[in-house]
Amino acid sequence: MSDSVLSLQNLHKRFGALQATNDVSLDLKRGEIHALIGPNGAGKSTLIGQIAGNIRPDEGHVYLADTEITGMSIAQRARLGLGRSFQVSSLAEPLSVMRNVMMGVQALQSHSFRFWRPVASDQRLLEPAYEALERMQLSHRAWTPVFELSHGERRQVEVACALALKPRALLLDEPMAGLGPEGSAKLTELLEALKLEVPILLIEHDMEAVFRLADRISVLVSGSVIAHGDSEAIKQDPLVREAYLGDSDA
Amino acid sequence: MTNNIPTSAVSSKPTSNSARASMPKHSHSGGSGAAPANQADSHFGRKGLVQIALLGLLLLLPVAAYFFGHLYYVNLASRITIIAMAAVGLNLAIGYGGMVSFGHAAYFGLGGYVAGISAYHAFDFTPFMTWPISIPGSDSLLVVWLAAALLCALLALAIGAISLRTTGVYFIMITLAFAQMIYYFANSWPTYGGEDGLPIYIRNSLPLVDTTNALTYFLICFGGLVMAMAVTSRLMKSRFGAALTMARLNDVRLATAGVSPYPVRLVAFVISAAITGLAGALYADLNGFVSPSVLSWHFSGELMVIVILGGVGRLYGPLAGAILFVMMETFLGGITQYWQLFLGLVLLGVVLFAKHGIMGWLAGRERNE
Repeated sequence: MSDSVLSLQNLHKRFGALQATNDVSLDLKRGEIHALIGPNGAGKSTLIGQIAGNIRPDEGHVYLADTEITGMSIAQRARLGLGRSFQVSSLAEPLSVMRNVMMGVQALQSHSFRFWRPVASDQRLLEPAYEALERMQLSHRAWTPVFELSHGERRQVEVACALALKPRALLLDEPMAGLGPEGSAKLTELLEALKLEVPILLIEHDMEAVFRLADRISVLVSGSVIAHGDSEAIKQDPLVREAYLGDSDA
Repeated sequence: MTNNIPTSAVSSKPTSNSARASMPKHSHSGGSGAAPANQADSHFGRKGLVQIALLGLLLLLPVAAYFFGHLYYVNLASRITIIAMAAVGLNLAIGYGGMVSFGHAAYFGLGGYVAGISAYHAFDFTPFMTWPISIPGSDSLLVVWLAAALLCALLALAIGAISLRTTGVYFIMITLAFAQMIYYFANSWPTYGGEDGLPIYIRNSLPLVDTTNALTYFLICFGGLVMAMAVTSRLMKSRFGAALTMARLNDVRLATAGVSPYPVRLVAFVISAAITGLAGALYADLNGFVSPSVLSWHFSGELMVIVILGGVGRLYGPLAGAILFVMMETFLGGITQYWQLFLGLVLLGVVLFAKHGIMGWLAGRERNE
């Protein structure tokens, strides 16, 4: 597992009678986009929660590079290099784009108990944040308050925030959700360029984007991974067609 | 510093450290793309004027009153100043940290009791405690202030560590509950006067300064207020302030960015309590008296009202709020004992028509970056 940047080993999570995650193992390798798809209620959110740190698994392990992060807090995982974006974008709306992105840079440099030096003129914060924005082609919006941004731009800001952490792995939860075809195409392009530097675990409903972007796809149904492979293999897999694509005459 | 990334309206050009030809030379989205200082500048005139006027009047009127021999008004100004300082502390928690504490009277009162108890033992030549270490009383203001700030910080550390595990209305209630515990404790502890309160016979002193002089004491309080505001302002511009702001606006984002919100909030809560506690110590010495009434939930509520009146999360809000509150209390209260009816009306007006408080109304809305 030395080339796995992120790996889940035998994760189990149960809510009462519901087995939300059932023995899930998967990994994310350098330079790839690994897509996780599944119908509603398949347990995607629960699984993301266990990777990101807001849900503790009952059993199993999560590794980032070679560090076990299973018991770590969200913030600890972030500092170790796990960047994530949310299904419903979660940013500090009244603040500028820059301020949102700078927080990750700040977290990476040291603890936040620095009470004196103003951040507004701190090049050590501004420059890396600006770079992250440039990579998401958003530097022209650096000083715009987030609430003035379009939906698609917010998506880009979220990814830029994650990039500010110099992440080893990105966890993107439905980044295309709510984007029009144009926004979706643009983000697809950006992610394609990005994956060479940072591998991405992509949870996505937009099948077109998934089949275009993903090097590997895992299909989650009722808490278990029922299929795993590249786009072609997944398209052909009868189990997937039945369970997910709803194609009964396969 | 020529290749700086634009942080102000002076230049909204992107960084040029590696000649990024693809980047536009100017922000192309007009106003919204410009740096925030743009808007701040256009407001500076009015906002700066209001702020200087508030501080200037607060400083000059008592000086004038003193030279015309109206000591009553000097002490009134001291009272306004101290209440404002306590509210500055609370504003750090409520306005900047989003922690609606309904128990800041605990710190104000503890600060007051530190001054009172210390003076009591210094006057009696009895030790405050003898075991495990011997602590004598002290009539030195510096010692009193240090002790008040430290003890309030410790108390807030304990209360905050528990309370901050809750949010919303539970946080309000649990901070209230802790403050009420301390209130009843002070009420029923006869050594220091219980519900009758504790007089301070001689105002605590500073080296080289006559603290019994009304104007001198006002100037000390004024210095305290200015310090508290300067600390708040500086703090909120620092990395810590950035994290605290993010904790208030979106704590999930803060955690995702790699900073745990809880310790950030806790430290802000502690600093907030220390400032309010210092104000409490000043207040006890101003009145020569401290009683459980400064620990009561009424006082916590008054501080909240002042913060809301002045403008939540505005640096000068607590000052504006305290001036209005104490003035109404003094002058309307002199006319009718039902003055709080008018306070209620004013509060209603502010909440309905000036959501950003007096400061928002006088000085315009504040823009975040």
